[in-house]
Amino acid sequence: MAAPITLHLVFGGGAELLFDGVKDHHVTLPSQSEPWNMKQLLVWIGQNLLKERPELFVQGDNVRPGILVLINDADWELMGQLDYQLQDKDNVVFISTLHGG
Amino acid sequence: MCQVDEDYNGLLESPVVVSETQKCNKCKETTAALILKPGEALCRGCFKEHFVHKFRAMLGKNRIIFPGEKVLLAVSGGSSSCAMLSQVQEGLGQNAHKKLRFKPGIVYIDEGCLLGQSMEERQKTMAQIHSLFKVTGFPYHIIPLEMVLNLPSSVLESVHLATDDPAGNYKVAVDHFMQSNPGHSVDPNTQVHQAELRVLTDATVPQLIDESQTQTLQELFSRVKTLTAKEDLLHTLRRHLLVSTARAEGYSKLMLGENCTRLAVKLLANIAMGRGAQLGVDTAFCDPRYGDIVAVKPMRDYTAKEISLYNYMWNVPSVFIPSLETKTADKSSIQRLTESFVVKLQVDFPSTVSTIYRTGEKLQTANFTEDIEGAPLKCLLCMCALDTTLGETSAFQATLISEQLSNVGTTHPMQGHLRPDTQTKCCSPCDQQDGEEQCEAHAVCCSHFKGGDSMNLESLLCYSCQQTVKDMTSVEFLPQYIMSEAKRRNRRSQIRREISEFLLNEDQDCTSIKAES
Ligand SMILES: [Zn+2]
Ligand SMILES: [Zn+2]
Repeated sequence: MAAPITLHLVFGGGAELLFDGVKDHHVTLPSQSEPWNMKQLLVWIGQNLLKERPELFVQGDNVRPGILVLINDADWELMGQLDYQLQDKDNVVFISTLHGG
Repeated sequence: MCQVDEDYNGLLESPVVVSETQKCNKCKETTAALILKPGEALCRGCFKEHFVHKFRAMLGKNRIIFPGEKVLLAVSGGSSSCAMLSQVQEGLGQNAHKKLRFKPGIVYIDEGCLLGQSMEERQKTMAQIHSLFKVTGFPYHIIPLEMVLNLPSSVLESVHLATDDPAGNYKVAVDHFMQSNPGHSVDPNTQVHQAELRVLTDATVPQLIDESQTQTLQELFSRVKTLTAKEDLLHTLRRHLLVSTARAEGYSKLMLGENCTRLAVKLLANIAMGRGAQLGVDTAFCDPRYGDIVAVKPMRDYTAKEISLYNYMWNVPSVFIPSLETKTADKSSIQRLTESFVVKLQVDFPSTVSTIYRTGEKLQTANFTEDIEGAPLKCLLCMCALDTTLGETSAFQATLISEQLSNVGTTHPMQGHLRPDTQTKCCSPCDQQDGEEQCEAHAVCCSHFKGGDSMNLESLLCYSCQQTVKDMTSVEFLPQYIMSEAKRRNRRSQIRREISEFLLNEDQDCTSIKAES
């Protein structure tokens, strides 16, 4: 059993509009049998944080193309992307690079 | 895209999972913070160096901006134009030999009126922009889009400059600059540009926007049926306002923040929208269509990802401002759909954007029809060379014919009573008329082009702008400066037709024509 973890999530570049315009979110993920990874975090965001138009944020089981992800200030492409295992107090940033957000 | 197989053979199937401690490819010491493109991981420091260098290299390579020249930066508040602003600040702060030596000013156009924002919301946005610009110390202009309604028709005329050799001019300008600024630390008050710099250190946020003008603009956009055409029209009006502001304030260059991703999208969207002939000017570094004001795109080598990462890592402030495209689905407009296509492709083929963009660089536009004075005929709206006056074998004519053929069977309410042969005549210039009256078919079928009095707007537009205007239920609400310039051009071509007929009469068989009349 993995203990619950707290994360700091940031949405920018217009992505925040899908979250009631709120950029910063401090969230706690409940404990579950295996450690949390990015793929599960996206599902959790879709169920718990997204206020509207989920297809503008998640597509399939990945983030919508054109949305950048940084984990602890580093490009998530360096961190294994969806398979990255989240740690307590991780900082995850989502920035939309699409025109108009 | 022919290189994809070579470059990514194998990579596609199994994305390389890199360890968290991958080192920077450049300095080989620090831990990498981002992947610029496949196989190129950089640390924060090297990334910054790379980013800053690229900006100066772009300006240096093109040698288009002269020392001491006044350059107007169009900043929308978005990440790309804000990164451009930060690079100009960075460049002006550099030590002597690396220093950028032009005089920047900033312009912001508020489009809140088209997004249904209240006056309070707009004031709030403009106040944010105001504080963003104020810290730069550059003169700046915050302009509501409504100002486009006050433009003079002259903004639609490209001012012809007698430019001989730009490279030579650049050298002369640099020499001049060096002579008048031996230490090059003094404020460059060169003779290159004697236009007096009106420093608006505390530019006024327009408190009063004429509400009737807001309504006029909203009325205009409500007549536009598709988002594709709305975006295109907004882009056109915004450009007119930028160019006019630059002229009024004595700037000779306009700097636009369009990045590589944006331009790749624009290039493909242009093709879809029938702007094939304008691909070159729309996406090149240097856009000379306005004549005296040259638009340049110094961010065109940066991808959207690169810019967003830079702004995030180096705290470059930007203001998120909603646009017509905000929160719309992928299929809402051609521009939006193309963007979604390109960024999706980019996920699996990371060189998509640069491939499209490099293809764009190789495109060149053929010469177009010129008017009597030898200047090319330009589109009334986008001010690119007209692509609709080409010969009978052009793709444009082929499109027209196929459009007419597919309309033959259907009983179009406008065409129902027309004879087949006049139908074929319609939508092509009514050249055998004597100018006073248009052929009936033309007048009926093209009635949607008409404003208050009979005017042929279509003949003044390029193919793509024609499509945009066709998506409007009425052109009456187009700003006055466009309508009056259209009338003027119509009158001129009418006179030209009359003269040419007269000249023709002179050296051809006069008697037969006299007999006819
Ligand atoms: Zn490095
Ligand atoms: Zn045009």
